[in-house]
Amino acid sequence: MTQQQAQILRPETLIEEFKKNGVTHIITIPDSETNYLYELMVNEPSLDIIPVSREGESMSTALGLNIAGKVPVCLIQNTGMLESGDSIRGMALNAGFPLVMVVGYRGWTRHGVTPDTAATYTEPFLHAFGINYYLVEQDEDGDRISAAFAEARETRRPVVVLVGDEYHGFNR
Amino acid sequence: MIEAVDVFNAFQDHRGDAIVTTTGRAGRHWKNISTNPNRDVALGGAMGHTASATFGLAVGLPDEKVVLFDAEGSLLMNLGVLATISGKKPKNFYHILLDNESYATTGGQPVPNAEGINYAGMAREAGYASTHEFNDLEDFVTNIGSILDETGPVFVSVKIFAEVENAPIALRVREPARSRDETIRDLRAELGISE
Repeated sequence: MTQQQAQILRPETLIEEFKKNGVTHIITIPDSETNYLYELMVNEPSLDIIPVSREGESMSTALGLNIAGKVPVCLIQNTGMLESGDSIRGMALNAGFPLVMVVGYRGWTRHGVTPDTAATYTEPFLHAFGINYYLVEQDEDGDRISAAFAEARETRRPVVVLVGDEYHGFNR
Repeated sequence: MIEAVDVFNAFQDHRGDAIVTTTGRAGRHWKNISTNPNRDVALGGAMGHTASATFGLAVGLPDEKVVLFDAEGSLLMNLGVLATISGKKPKNFYHILLDNESYATTGGQPVPNAEGINYAGMAREAGYASTHEFNDLEDFVTNIGSILDETGPVFVSVKIFAEVENAPIALRVREPARSRDETIRDLRAELGISE
């Protein structure tokens, strides 16, 4: 792999991590940066895609799937996570089941300065809820996704993967 | 208008092995009527989200009939779920809305446009496979059996009398009930699902 390739997060990497961890369902609202990932997921036979209308639905839908013995992942943007507070509280944290939420980190920049308040409040929101998270920026970070799954299984709590690759990786 | 307890009694005759979830004030009657509590699961815990959790359960258990007794106040908090369910089209999902036109657990205040909403119409236009409306017990009793044989997702809207609760939460007397975790554990045991 070239250095340039290593510096982007390929959507194929996420798909491979999902397969490695036995994911069965992706509950999602596509956002403008991830349409190529969406296409890959739709064409991946091991994944059943569940589009929802509002991000808060994704945690409660995941709870139902977990009860049924499935392994769901919520794939949403940080703006939608901020909207989902009561669902995260009541249907994920209080329910005590392993849930990985892959969250697009809109507004994230490596130098820490952003004009986007979606980014400003993302990590403080997670701290407030006591939810641990892993930042994934490039392919070399792929194993952090498996670490998130392992932590979720061990702690029976939601764990977030923040995808800080908003501006290049997932579009064609 | 129909008494909620009569709705549940009529449903019980046709329940079979269906998995049942409830929400809202009226839903509390079900635990006193159900004859198969191991297939009753509590999926409350966040405002408006029992429908989404029950939908997830139905998607995850395609060989089981899954019945949700929803409440209109709850549905209004998560109205997009009608499109979500219609889009995924779970054939085993039966969505029965008990509409008392009010927030019965908070003193009976009316929901927005309480008497003017056609919930079955909303579900129909969202794309449910079939929808039904009832305002008369005899009609409901006559039809509920065949409705439960239809291919889902099915939506049934039932007008019920409000049973208003108006005491502060700390002063309310709660009937003993299994916790959410206990109902989940019991359902999994019933279905042979390991964690």
